[in-house]
Amino acid sequence: MERFIQVLVDGIATGSIYAAVALALVLIFRSTGIVNFAQGEMAMFSTFVAWGLYEAGLPIGLAVLTTLALSFVAGVVIERVLIRHFEGGEVLTLVIVTLGLFILLNGLAGWIWGFGNRGFPSLFSDETVELGGVTLSVESLGIVAVLLGVVGLLFLLFQRTKVGLAMRAAALNPDASALVGVRVGSMLMLGWGLAAALGALAGVLVAPRLFLDVNLMGAVLIYAFAAAALGGFDSAIGAVVGGWVIGVSENLAGTYVDFIGADLKILVPLAIIFVVLLVRPSGLFGTREVARV
Amino acid sequence: MSPRVRLAVICVLAAGAVAIPFLFGPYRVGQFTLVLVYAVAVLGLNLLVGYSGQISLGHGAFFALGAYTAALLIEKASVPYLLAVPAAGALCFAAGFLFGVPALRLHGLYLALVTLGLAIALPQLIKRFDGLTEGTQGLTVEQPEAPGWLGIEDDQFLYLLCLAVTAVMFLLAWSMMRGQLGRAVKAVRDGPIAASTLGVDLAAVKTRVFAVSAGYAGVGGALYVFAIGFVAPEAFTLTVSFAFLAAIVVGGLATISGALFGALFIEFVPVYAADVNVALTGVIYGGVLIAFMWVLPGGAAGLPRRLRELAAGRDRERPEGPRGGELHEEDADRVAGTAGHAGAGAGGLRA
Repeated sequence: MERFIQVLVDGIATGSIYAAVALALVLIFRSTGIVNFAQGEMAMFSTFVAWGLYEAGLPIGLAVLTTLALSFVAGVVIERVLIRHFEGGEVLTLVIVTLGLFILLNGLAGWIWGFGNRGFPSLFSDETVELGGVTLSVESLGIVAVLLGVVGLLFLLFQRTKVGLAMRAAALNPDASALVGVRVGSMLMLGWGLAAALGALAGVLVAPRLFLDVNLMGAVLIYAFAAAALGGFDSAIGAVVGGWVIGVSENLAGTYVDFIGADLKILVPLAIIFVVLLVRPSGLFGTREVARV
Repeated sequence: MSPRVRLAVICVLAAGAVAIPFLFGPYRVGQFTLVLVYAVAVLGLNLLVGYSGQISLGHGAFFALGAYTAALLIEKASVPYLLAVPAAGALCFAAGFLFGVPALRLHGLYLALVTLGLAIALPQLIKRFDGLTEGTQGLTVEQPEAPGWLGIEDDQFLYLLCLAVTAVMFLLAWSMMRGQLGRAVKAVRDGPIAASTLGVDLAAVKTRVFAVSAGYAGVGGALYVFAIGFVAPEAFTLTVSFAFLAAIVVGGLATISGALFGALFIEFVPVYAADVNVALTGVIYGGVLIAFMWVLPGGAAGLPRRLRELAAGRDRERPEGPRGGELHEEDADRVAGTAGHAGAGAGGLRA
């Protein structure tokens, strides 16, 4: 039983990381209608930057905060310089462009930092705590706490501030928002900046659990896609719930189903994406898609 | 181009293609053999992405499936290698069909997601079933040898063999896209609702294209086994799928000839890029995907037309994806219709 609860909590912790990436995907999808395939590689790149700052002597906390700020700026710049040109174009074009960004960032990271892997320091201590007779790692609990904190902040931003209201308006109806004075372009840049920072956060959280290399986020991205598909691509709550479900089911399947083991864990999110899209394409919390004839 | 000029150009190109193995050394001939191999797979992907407007990021998986089918048939079942090619193609066609039946319900983005997952999962599956596939160790396969009466070297024979298969596959694609299937496919891409009112069965057409496209990747995979003589999971990572995608974008979406440009690109760019830095290939692939979408959505095959457009000083079109050079010529009268459709497509996804 103790083992089961440990697996469960560990699943929720991993799931929180997937949820952070999924939230970033949802942020961009809601504002620009683009599924950003480069989200994971942007996060990987940010994580390398954090590693570089840490190696240069910054304390890890400060290195991460600096990285989040830099990632935000990078996200804003990417939207303005690259994505703006293609917005409103065909799905195929957008997929190819964000995928191009994916491959480009992966190559650049390999060029700058090489293809070897390296350890990444954790933000949390490696101690464990006893909760109700079950031994849990501080790291797992810390990751969950960070995610909940981020979700709380995002909620406040979107529901309680004027900027958040403007962002929602710009996403819902760009033309009408522009007419009432919302600067739609700035809102889109803000959305990409927030998403990039969120991804960076997921990167620095996941890196201590894996090794930091250029393929750090490859699998994470697929899990995050599964989370977003499960929750509904336009639902923030869905992204969080989806992330947790994916994280827990991945860990349970990997631990208790012999056939799956560590090798085939990647099939779990794939199967989930497939089933969800066939049974309920809008996801658990998403808005049903309506085609206009 | 008038039909007569076009015929002349094709004849010259064909003569050049046949002459290649007698003009270059074995190393170069091997590279050109791989170009032919990639061209088949790239053409398959272009039938799907360029002509039907569906996105697959996982054609490396079908390429791998074809390669392993051929390798296992030749090595473990002692099937003659010429039979392994259609067998690999047929199996991938069937696999594509089975995968396509549920997948065709997922349009646009979701199909991209699922196929991306497929490409990531397949190397793991190959490793998992190591009893059959020998896992990470890989499988060595005997390569076809030139029959003695021909009096040519093995590498030359291999090249000509691949050339023959590739030529057949190109002719097949060309006649398919000119025929009823091709018209239905383009109609589904450019106006699905209009097409369905005209009696085109959207689901059936999409599944068929997906299956045909997977079959092409499978044939390419089988030829790859001939050319390399070895298969291992490491050869079929996500990079392969990305390379194919880069190839169709560089060559030109919705063009038959573009597949050859694209295949040349993905064979030779990594070779020269590796001299500078191993990471340069990725940088170039990523860069060209973005750059081509930005300035040259028609790809290399669409270049002459694009130059004419620029010379005529026409307004730059917004990049709208699958509208390559050949298509512009055939369907010039339809351009007004497609522009309206682009908006409807984006709106539908965002809703």
